Amino acid sequence: MPKPPKAVALISGGLDSMLAARVVMDQGVEVEGVNFFTGFCVEGHTHAIRERKQSRPKRNNALWVAEQLGIRLHIIDVIEEYKDVVLNPRHGYGANLNPCLDCKVFMVRKAVELWLDDGFMDEHGFDFIVTGEVVGQRPKSQRRETLPLIARESGADDRLLRPLCAKLLPETRPEREGWVNRNDLYDFNGRSRKPQMALAAELGIEDWAQPAGGCCFLTDASYSEKLADLWHAQGERRYELDDIMLLKVGRHIRPAPHFKLIIGRELGENRYLEGYSRQFVTLRPASHKGPVCLIDGAPGAEDVALAAGIVGRYSQGRDADRFVVDVAWPDGRTESVEVAPLGAHRIPEEWLIGA
Amino acid sequence: LALETLDVRGLLCPLPVIRTQDRIRQLSPGTLLEVTATDPGTMEDIPAWCRVHGHDLVMGEALEGDAATGRIYRFTIRISER
Repeated sequence: MPKPPKAVALISGGLDSMLAARVVMDQGVEVEGVNFFTGFCVEGHTHAIRERKQSRPKRNNALWVAEQLGIRLHIIDVIEEYKDVVLNPRHGYGANLNPCLDCKVFMVRKAVELWLDDGFMDEHGFDFIVTGEVVGQRPKSQRRETLPLIARESGADDRLLRPLCAKLLPETRPEREGWVNRNDLYDFNGRSRKPQMALAAELGIEDWAQPAGGCCFLTDASYSEKLADLWHAQGERRYELDDIMLLKVGRHIRPAPHFKLIIGRELGENRYLEGYSRQFVTLRPASHKGPVCLIDGAPGAEDVALAAGIVGRYSQGRDADRFVVDVAWPDGRTESVEVAPLGAHRIPEEWLIGA
Repeated sequence: LALETLDVRGLLCPLPVIRTQDRIRQLSPGTLLEVTATDPGTMEDIPAWCRVHGHDLVMGEALEGDAATGRIYRFTIRISER
């Protein structure tokens, strides 16, 4: 018997990529999944950080999809390489700091590289790449004119198959070679989710993740505002993983250009912020229960006192006359600071970043 | 039998899974790998990753840690043939 054709499928954890992989699997194609971790993924992390989401399962949706499909999934750390996509998108940003088109080109190109790179998927020998893209689904990246551009710029060319809208696109190699039957592919078009829902029902898929606003923080207005503020405060556009992770956590309050507070909103965030206490000036309420606060920047003594007053506002001592915090400096110094908690009206709205 | 260890404390999912996956790619079948994590998400993700790749999760347990780090999660994985 001839070897079945093999495809690598980009798996985001959402419904479309799950359906796309399933459609070609049902045509006898052997599929392995790949998922890229950029650092901006809404996946996993956020659930793990925030205590209030305890009730929801903290599953990794891409892994969960792979398990439902019965395929292997390779999760690839692309944090470093992805910086260039975010900082220098050739095709620009969407409504926020989301470089969706460059991102898609990047991910398909990475999949091509994985399949060419004999160090990684050498024994796999993939024949083509599958994505869950749908013509007209996304205003920036999934338009009729951008889909061929993604195929071309990624280097995948006619080895890139979009099973959910293939009938609206030129024939690809997998179709020409008979690895898949074009007649059994789809012609989904536009923003409606109904065709996907119907196909899911037909295939017996009853459960899938529905991340509001997609699976990437860069499409989120509040997050983008915090990222823009970070770049502005640094005086240049760059970031490290810790920077972009901390933007996902806590209230961000900037009383002055040279320092910003990150204040935990619940136990999980406080614990997460504690993990950074050796890198930042860290405030911990002593007289009352309250949040952990990191100070990012170069605060002076007066700034720390102001920060203490703001932390007081978000603590159980908000109505007390005096509020005490323990301050720990990265060099090991510690001190106790006593202040009057700031009233809510004394924290101007323009200090609240992305609120 | 060789016991390899991997410390992913302080990392949030999916990084603990990625580090585990990358380490396992370098190890031979039959090797035991012990992974130590602090992200509760690993309790879902590491077993799921093992199931998806056919590796044998010999043990997974949650241990009480200190107040600052919270719980510690420890897994022992036996690497299977690929």
